Amino acid sequence: MRQSADFGTTPSNDASLVCGRRGRRQIRVFESALRGATLLVVAAFAACAAAAGPRPGATAAAAGFPPDEIADGAGLAAIGGCAGCHTRSDGAPLAGGAPVRTPFGTVYGSNITPDRATGIGAWSLADFARAMRTGVAPGGRHLYPAFPYDHFTRVDDADIAAIYAFLMTRRPVARATPAPRMDFPFGFRPLIAVWNALYLDDARFQPVPGRSAEWNRGAYLVEGLGHCGDCHTPSNLLGAERSGRPLAGAVLDGWYAPPLTAASPAPRPWTADTLATYLRTGLDAQHQAAAGPMGGVVHDFGAARPSDLHAIAVYLATTMAASAGAPRADRGAAANRGRPEATALFAGACAGCHDAGAPMMQQGRPSLALGSPLHEATARDAIAVVLFGVSPPAGPAGPFMPGFAASLSDAQVAELVDYIHARFGGGAAWRDLPALVRQVRKEGSGG
Amino acid sequence: MISLSVNGRTHAVAADPATPLLYVLRNDLGLNGAKFGCGLGQCGACTVMVDGAAVFSCLTPIAVLPGRRIRTIEGLGTAAAPGPVQAAFLAEQAAQCGYCTAGMVMRAQALLEREPGADEARIRAHMQPNLCRCGTQLRILRAVRRAGRAMTGGRRASL
Repeated sequence: MRQSADFGTTPSNDASLVCGRRGRRQIRVFESALRGATLLVVAAFAACAAAAGPRPGATAAAAGFPPDEIADGAGLAAIGGCAGCHTRSDGAPLAGGAPVRTPFGTVYGSNITPDRATGIGAWSLADFARAMRTGVAPGGRHLYPAFPYDHFTRVDDADIAAIYAFLMTRRPVARATPAPRMDFPFGFRPLIAVWNALYLDDARFQPVPGRSAEWNRGAYLVEGLGHCGDCHTPSNLLGAERSGRPLAGAVLDGWYAPPLTAASPAPRPWTADTLATYLRTGLDAQHQAAAGPMGGVVHDFGAARPSDLHAIAVYLATTMAASAGAPRADRGAAANRGRPEATALFAGACAGCHDAGAPMMQQGRPSLALGSPLHEATARDAIAVVLFGVSPPAGPAGPFMPGFAASLSDAQVAELVDYIHARFGGGAAWRDLPALVRQVRKEGSGG
Repeated sequence: MISLSVNGRTHAVAADPATPLLYVLRNDLGLNGAKFGCGLGQCGACTVMVDGAAVFSCLTPIAVLPGRRIRTIEGLGTAAAPGPVQAAFLAEQAAQCGYCTAGMVMRAQALLEREPGADEARIRAHMQPNLCRCGTQLRILRAVRRAGRAMTGGRRASL
């Protein structure tokens, strides 16, 4: 990755930009490579160990796992984005400690390496399955629903076992997870049992007859392990997803996770193939680059099986099926009229990359007119991209945009966003932009 | 005319408001420390300080700058009397071709003025946006640490 090649660390000055499905997370540059390398070593080791066969009753850390199962688990853990919350930006993979901010307080992703004292090394497969599906850890302790067990109930036994095999074959790291800092009264864990009684639907995924196996695989991953609804479904006051409005779009960490339904703001409809490309690489030339919390998601997806990502894309392409539209032409002349300051801002700060003749556009990057942010009812995403930029999610040539938080004032960002919307966007004019810029700047910087 | 405050002096500049600050610094004001690297905000060779923060001058139109304090490497010191960050870069010989150096110094200056005691992780994270293609990163990091020590008064940078 561009940035880390130079100073050998993650771009944590951009920590606020790359957020997880449930909170902040950061790009871990070498993680995929490390994971791959570790996997090979572990797979080789496991192949030898497997000859002895698993011992009934032994805890997993001591048992052998088939290499295929570990590899499956690695891909599934990528879909689940485990590392997003369970790896601190500067910490060992999966050793926990990443803060997950919720409206009810801050919890810390736990250590899910197989360390026996501080991780999950002493957990049996049954313990793990129970925690994944019901949010109850060994000993009966309730986990906070920041851990998306309300989705993981959908995951089948084989996939739970594969993820278990993957986690149990990671390098154990002794690192205690910081205690949560919850607001009163949410620190009282038995309340979670009430939440579970109200909102937890403990049922496995049921395939839809008449749909293809790939579509059903996609639905299974979206509803279950991928927990897409965690960001894209609006929540009620207690943080539970509103079941009547699946994937209808929601706000988190200053960003707006757009609807994955017929209300999708994409000016050019997503197809299974373009969406699969986007999920695999973080960029689709017909649409946009992944930004904000989605950046971390597609980074994790880089280690997922391409067939699973394609299945997710096949499914979501049908949930968004009715969203049809056509990108509008560049309306530069109209936008320039009456906006001389913003015209100059765009020319000096944006045009070098985003003008039709700019080198970046010649490389096939999508026009501003194609991205969702300028077609959403809220200006949040457009503002957040201008303020915080886009961090490369994965791979050496990932999309990158510098943020302008330090050089542009709130009023200037508001003017600029209004101009870009008028020139490339769709829908009604955005209102109250200066106030929203102030708010997004505050939320996005962790305030 | 646009009025710019650069290194404590006010300049009236006759340039289009969309002109990037970098061009005005180099072409109109003769301040050639900041370099044109990519023109896309991806390399950091053009980094200067605006109101204490490091920004890419290649992507900062002068329209946004009236009333703001701009500092360039020329404002940090002279060859005879370098500022503490410049002195630390000299002491560590933290340059090879030198093209990135002014930007590196300015980005480090922005950090150390606010947090002279910044730790290693903080320094590495902060310096991320600036690239060096010669491979002097370790010397640059040493220089930033040295400057931080000098600026906290813990140990003077030796020249």
